[in-house]
Amino acid sequence: MDLSVRIGSLVLKNPLMSASGCFGYGLEYAEIVDLASLGAVVVKGLFLKEREGHPPPRIVETPSGMLNAIGLQGIGVHRFIREKMPELRRLGAVVIVNVCGSSIEEYVEVSRILSDVEGVAALELNISCPNIKEGGIQFGCNLASTGAVVAAVRKATTLPLIPKLTPNVTSVSSFARAAEENGADAVSLVNTFLAMVVDVETRRPAISNGMGGLSGPAIRPIAVRMVYECANQVRIPVIGMGGISSARDVLEFMIAGATAVQVGTASFVDPFIWPKLQAGIEDYMTRHRVARVADLVGTVAFGR
Amino acid sequence: MLSQGLPTSQALGPPMYTFPMAPADVQARVLRNARLSADYNVLYLEAPVIGAASLPGQFVMIRAAAGTDPLLRRPFSVFEILRDAAGSATGISVLCKRIGPATARLYDAAAGDSLPVLGPLGKPFSLVSPPVEAWMVAGGVGLAPFASLAEALRNAGAKARLFYGGRTRADLFYLDWFESRGVALDLATEDGSLGAHGRVTAPLDEALRARADGLPVTLYACGPEPMLKAVASLARLHGCPSQLSTERIMGCGLGGCYSCVVRVRGGDGAPRFVRSCLNGPVFDGSDLIWE
Repeated sequence: MDLSVRIGSLVLKNPLMSASGCFGYGLEYAEIVDLASLGAVVVKGLFLKEREGHPPPRIVETPSGMLNAIGLQGIGVHRFIREKMPELRRLGAVVIVNVCGSSIEEYVEVSRILSDVEGVAALELNISCPNIKEGGIQFGCNLASTGAVVAAVRKATTLPLIPKLTPNVTSVSSFARAAEENGADAVSLVNTFLAMVVDVETRRPAISNGMGGLSGPAIRPIAVRMVYECANQVRIPVIGMGGISSARDVLEFMIAGATAVQVGTASFVDPFIWPKLQAGIEDYMTRHRVARVADLVGTVAFGR
Repeated sequence: MLSQGLPTSQALGPPMYTFPMAPADVQARVLRNARLSADYNVLYLEAPVIGAASLPGQFVMIRAAAGTDPLLRRPFSVFEILRDAAGSATGISVLCKRIGPATARLYDAAAGDSLPVLGPLGKPFSLVSPPVEAWMVAGGVGLAPFASLAEALRNAGAKARLFYGGRTRADLFYLDWFESRGVALDLATEDGSLGAHGRVTAPLDEALRARADGLPVTLYACGPEPMLKAVASLARLHGCPSQLSTERIMGCGLGGCYSCVVRVRGGDGAPRFVRSCLNGPVFDGSDLIWE
């Protein structure tokens, strides 16, 4: 049974990745998750420098989902390389770093620095964080800016480059095309949906940032639709995410067009989810006589 | 050597990925649900592995129901460590207050139900031994970490005292339990229905002033943030170490989500957010910065 999938030049042993911002720097989970068993560990977004993030409360639960505005608290690229990468290498993790920036120059600089680091397998470009004022989504909501930042980073690195797209636009697939045209090796989607919860007793937003990003099972069908649309519009692989909580959900995304998937919120609920997902995929492949999981990608059939 | 609270450096030290054991996720059978009032209950959970590994001040993440609503687990301090007649751990209990959909499910749980329980998690309290006295300060559901702490202090031979406040006498529980274990009680209610009239920090302040010269005391506190802040300030005023158990909205309990941050002073004196699930939930009161 072949679970491997290919993202640009990168071959992953299976399609399962942690979603950035949902798995710390991976090492937090090292005692309970075999990091080397994941297709890839996508670590928390990194700017050039440390960032403090937003004051709490940073999350609130919603029906079958959660709203977060963490504000990209992080240790910065230099401390990450110094303090986290050696252990991640030792544990055999395939590391994808989520790259953040408040300017094109910063995206380029962080990417350039990471390109020389042993063990960094690919870069995910965070042009879709809904929770910070500068950078993030301001690049991801404008086609020209998306093209410009992808093109600039493309010149700075030979690592597989994966812009992470926001669903908070009219047509996600046009952004996937802009990423492809400017040299992306894959796209990942969806980041969270910009959303809001108000505490009616206090008449204040439930989280300190006011608005935040919605994730979890509540968004899954919308994410599946967007992955389907993008996969039909680009030739590069699409990495799907949004509310995946079971092997069935992984398969749904793959059949809709995702070559690989990321899991975020569900690993908060069940940090031991990874081997369960893999076993469920294998069980499906046995039942459906699928020898290579990659053969499932984009096989959704219309018509009755 | 006596330990009087966590050294300052620990608050910012490397998160405790390795202490004291990797957390386990068990399907814990509800042995008993003791409803203490219309809002409070104690769930007795069969979880020998977690019970055996838990230290006072640590917490567990409980999933209140299968399915996706409620979705996330909720954090609960380990209230008691349950033991059989031979002293082997059989599980834990947790003190719950019904405040939302997940805690409502836990309030309604029935013996025989099974709940996913992940733990133990977080940094525990550090214990004191004689001649240091342990003074615990609890506000409302902030009693939650103190039953197991009281047991551990008794085993360490340390004299323990509990300052315990609530809105009204009906909100104060387990008084006989603590008394029967040699814990001296100082109670306070906001309506004056039991103990001192007002906040629990008033009798604490009085006791600190009245204590014998040179009596070393470590304060342990858990409760609403204004109470923790007041305890930290009394600790500073009276020159006592304090170990405060913080409460934050938590997404995962394992350091993955960065939701549960508290602001602490770094080694360089600069404030920064650290995750209360890994660097806490117990912090040295002098490290915490209040918003």
